[in-house]
Amino acid sequence: MSIDTLGPLLPAVPFVAALLGLLLPQRSRTVAAVLGIGGAAGALLIAIDLALRVDEPYSTSVELVRFGNLPVMFGVLIDQPTLLVALAVGVVALAVQVYSVAYLADDDRYAPYAAQVSLFTAAMLLVVVSGDLIVLLVGWEVMGICSYLLIGHDRRLPEAPKAAVKAFIVTRVGDVGFLLGIVVLGVNAGSFQIADVVGSPLSTTEGTVAALLLLAGVAGKSAQFPLHTWLPDAMAGPTPISALIHAATMVAAGIYVVARLYPVFSASPVPLAVLGVMAAITMLLGALAATAQDDIKRVLAWSTVSQLAYMVGALAVGAPGVALFHLLTHAAFKALLFLAAGSVIHAVGSNLMSTMGGLRRGMPVTFWSTTIGLGALIGLPPLAGFWSKDAILAAASEETGWVAVLVFVSGVVTVLVTAWYATRLWLRTFFGEPRSDAARHPHEPPGAMAWPVALLAVPSALLGFAAFSGGFETRLGVHDLVHLDASILVPLVVLTVGVLAAWLVWRRDTAADPARVLGPLRPVFANAFYIDNVQDALVVQPVRALARSVRRVDESIVDGAVEGTGDGTLRLGEAVAGVHRAGLSRAATAVLAGALLIGLAAVALGGVQ
Amino acid sequence: MILVAVLAIPAVFAVVVALLGDRIGRIVGTAAATLTFLTSLLLAVRDDPDPLPVGGRAIQPWQELNVPWVPGLDLRFHLGVDGISYPLVVLTTLLTLLCCVYTLWMVPDAGRGRLLTALLLVIEVGIVGTFLALDLVLFFVFFEVVLLPMYAVIAVWGGEGRRHAARKFVLYTLFGSVLLLVGVFTIVAATGTADIIRLTATSGAGMSRTTQLVAFVLLAVAFAVKSPLWPLHTWLPDAHTEAPTVGSVILAGVLLKMGTYGLIRVAVGVTPDGAARVAPVLGVLAVAAILVGSLVCLAQTALKRLIAYSSVGHMGFVLLGIATLSAVGIQAALIGNIAHGLITGLLFFLAGAIKDRAHTGDLTRLGGLRETAPTLAGILGFAAIASLGLPGLAGFWGEAFAVVASFQRGGPLWTVLAVAAAIGGAVTAAYFLRLLRKVTHGPAAPSVASMPRLSPAEFVSWAPLIVLTLVVGLLPALVLGMAFDPVWSLTYDGSLVWFSR
Repeated sequence: MSIDTLGPLLPAVPFVAALLGLLLPQRSRTVAAVLGIGGAAGALLIAIDLALRVDEPYSTSVELVRFGNLPVMFGVLIDQPTLLVALAVGVVALAVQVYSVAYLADDDRYAPYAAQVSLFTAAMLLVVVSGDLIVLLVGWEVMGICSYLLIGHDRRLPEAPKAAVKAFIVTRVGDVGFLLGIVVLGVNAGSFQIADVVGSPLSTTEGTVAALLLLAGVAGKSAQFPLHTWLPDAMAGPTPISALIHAATMVAAGIYVVARLYPVFSASPVPLAVLGVMAAITMLLGALAATAQDDIKRVLAWSTVSQLAYMVGALAVGAPGVALFHLLTHAAFKALLFLAAGSVIHAVGSNLMSTMGGLRRGMPVTFWSTTIGLGALIGLPPLAGFWSKDAILAAASEETGWVAVLVFVSGVVTVLVTAWYATRLWLRTFFGEPRSDAARHPHEPPGAMAWPVALLAVPSALLGFAAFSGGFETRLGVHDLVHLDASILVPLVVLTVGVLAAWLVWRRDTAADPARVLGPLRPVFANAFYIDNVQDALVVQPVRALARSVRRVDESIVDGAVEGTGDGTLRLGEAVAGVHRAGLSRAATAVLAGALLIGLAAVALGGVQ
Repeated sequence: MILVAVLAIPAVFAVVVALLGDRIGRIVGTAAATLTFLTSLLLAVRDDPDPLPVGGRAIQPWQELNVPWVPGLDLRFHLGVDGISYPLVVLTTLLTLLCCVYTLWMVPDAGRGRLLTALLLVIEVGIVGTFLALDLVLFFVFFEVVLLPMYAVIAVWGGEGRRHAARKFVLYTLFGSVLLLVGVFTIVAATGTADIIRLTATSGAGMSRTTQLVAFVLLAVAFAVKSPLWPLHTWLPDAHTEAPTVGSVILAGVLLKMGTYGLIRVAVGVTPDGAARVAPVLGVLAVAAILVGSLVCLAQTALKRLIAYSSVGHMGFVLLGIATLSAVGIQAALIGNIAHGLITGLLFFLAGAIKDRAHTGDLTRLGGLRETAPTLAGILGFAAIASLGLPGLAGFWGEAFAVVASFQRGGPLWTVLAVAAAIGGAVTAAYFLRLLRKVTHGPAAPSVASMPRLSPAEFVSWAPLIVLTLVVGLLPALVLGMAFDPVWSLTYDGSLVWFSR
């Protein structure tokens, strides 16, 4: 098949699987599983095929619709980074689909779930390949609604519906900016095609405005401060969904779009500075919040927030290729970590690390996979995360200006905190004495769950070595990804300090939570600096109050005027009718008086003539 | 000939159905609605497959009928269909058909389903006639035909407060009609013609600027009541809440579109200069409608009322598109019209189904629908997601491109309007997800404990709306492809705005 056909098929295959899946009756598990796995596998095969065959960027397009002088084109714009991200999406989606078959073995709504995962995959692939911003927006928002549906999937969790709504609304608030940014770019370029938009320079002010508007959407999707609040709550979704959202889809979309539209952002210094500040705040905020969580998934969720900020930091210092490199390694190790956490939760029956402990003996595969994943997360050489994080710090240190310094310093401090909380998670889950009955008799999960985890350990460990291959660098559009010089010592030293600090605290009392050393800061970190409460007080409550008062005004004043007019007319009518409904004598008097009046008038007028 | 058939079939059968027995009447009525629907599809056939392009502003109907009607008063029976009216005509015949099908199985409590079917056919005649009329007086006549049968539908088959709601509906829209009549006669008196084609081609046939302004304001207020535009909307929540399911579907699905269609075809078409001068006011009110409508929904506790208010917000986007007077905006308005008809029609069907089963429309007493009626909950989820303007479904195009059009006009006012409308889009998402959370999520409320399965009537009457919502969302050109040329020439190759300078 020609590559022109294969490009659009990349999102189309999982989309068709999703449509068919949504029409299935809820009980048909096998067909649903075949469709789900088939859709993801199909997309992955197409991505592999394209990656092997495509050397030069290419694009296809057909006109979808034309509004006035603005055409909307359906088509793909495929270059090397596109295919690398598509590969990551395909791998993670396939792993999640296979894993879900076992993880949701006793869930009676598996069929719609699997279809929604396929739709999610299709939407992300549409964002990845689309050559038109409006079509990209379609994928962007469909992904949002899929996250809403999937986060709210679990009916046993009372907080799930709320978390689902929050995830969609918070990202949708950012998407107001995203839509407006697209509108500014599209109206300026007279086209929504990415190639045209990037090729039509805006004035500095307009360019800055467009970039900042887009950033609002990016902050929402990629969970950056101040729109990051939805992501930890999204842990109410089934664990494979967390892996899907946090690894290669949804949160990665924001980073990817900035990299794809990079000329729009790098045209003026303001958007890059905003990116840098956003990255620095989110990086530390996420890492610090991760230190005090008891829920294993929430630790990973906050680590996602923090790791995404590294990618944003890379974007801020002019290294979009490096950001994508970290996106790819993070996709591998974060998918691994979430799926492994799912295996742990499956075995223990709880998300809380206070009910775990000593699991390494009963679950060796999970233990070793998680160890590799956590090693990659903290940047332990030679695992994947080491190379990509090092590339980001190197890019920041080579750049001049306060933004680069900010990104570098916060990046190094975050390495310390990351090492600390990852070590805490590792020790609390797998070492020490079991702290619950279930943890005393853990079991490895079934093969459908164990295999994806074990296989994801391979890229988590080895993907970094791709940086040594010139071909990989060319594909990402960067030079010298590898920096093996003295500068790597700084993060390595900091990392060692973080790991040792956590280990020393834990060793004093292996049953207690190392987070106790945080002292009075512990609740602050556990509640993520109370930003949720601030958001509630400053946005949610005022909007609700406004809505209530608008409703009152609309009902009492706007409609009141209408009803009042009606009542008033009615009363006036009754009054007039009352005057006319007179007794015979008064009526006779009135008739006579009227006749007299007319007669007098006639005489008077006649007299004048 | 098809133009006449599409009006004559429902008109004749309305009388026949009213005279037949109840069950057979409903069946015959549904057959007539089917026939009308199929006939209306044939309106796409062009008399002259390759017409020469007429320069400047022009309406070029694909099929046209122009015969004397009342020669003494120089009134003509002038009908025609083009890319602006065709989608709306088909939407009308489709929704009428679906409502007739629904009435086959489900007759509201007041009974006499054949009369309801007959009234639906009469309403269809009025609405389709409005979309086809190319003569101002004829347009007015069809516009009025709808009023009384709709009044009867609400007043006879409605809920508790039906009499008050029906009266409010009829009096409020009658007030609009009076203004429409005055507007029509202002134009006819000033120009000596009621021919919409001629008036459009000559941009008002030499009416003075003041006359145009007065005429446009009269027409705009009349259409704004129907659309409805804030603050002239308050008849709508009451009418919707009390109307029977099929009444709400027709009301929201197509009746409101008479207002927006009239605004495009008559007000903007015949008095473009007046339109260009009043457009900013229209734009501001449209955005006010978006924000007020969505905020009221956020604080709303009754299911049908919430959907009714959501119409105020959605029609705000349509009106914003029209107010920009640009090709982008008017195309956005056209697809917004169709999308709203499909999606809100479906939403009212669903609200009716839920209310019939749970015996309450109070959001605080509903909940957990997905536990007891997963299919119904799934379709409700789909409709709500479509209505909040999810890209990829029908509702997206009209709303996003109304924002584009507003931004494209430039200047501080229109930029602010674009931003405010986009924010309204976010609030729309908030209230629809709140609705879903209240109705479908959580533990099953006692009211939804025993939910009968979906009946065939429901499946048959909903399925086309579901499919079309998806298809129009994926292929918007289905609706807009044919509208491109007429809109382009209506707006002087893209934008009318220069007209006022």
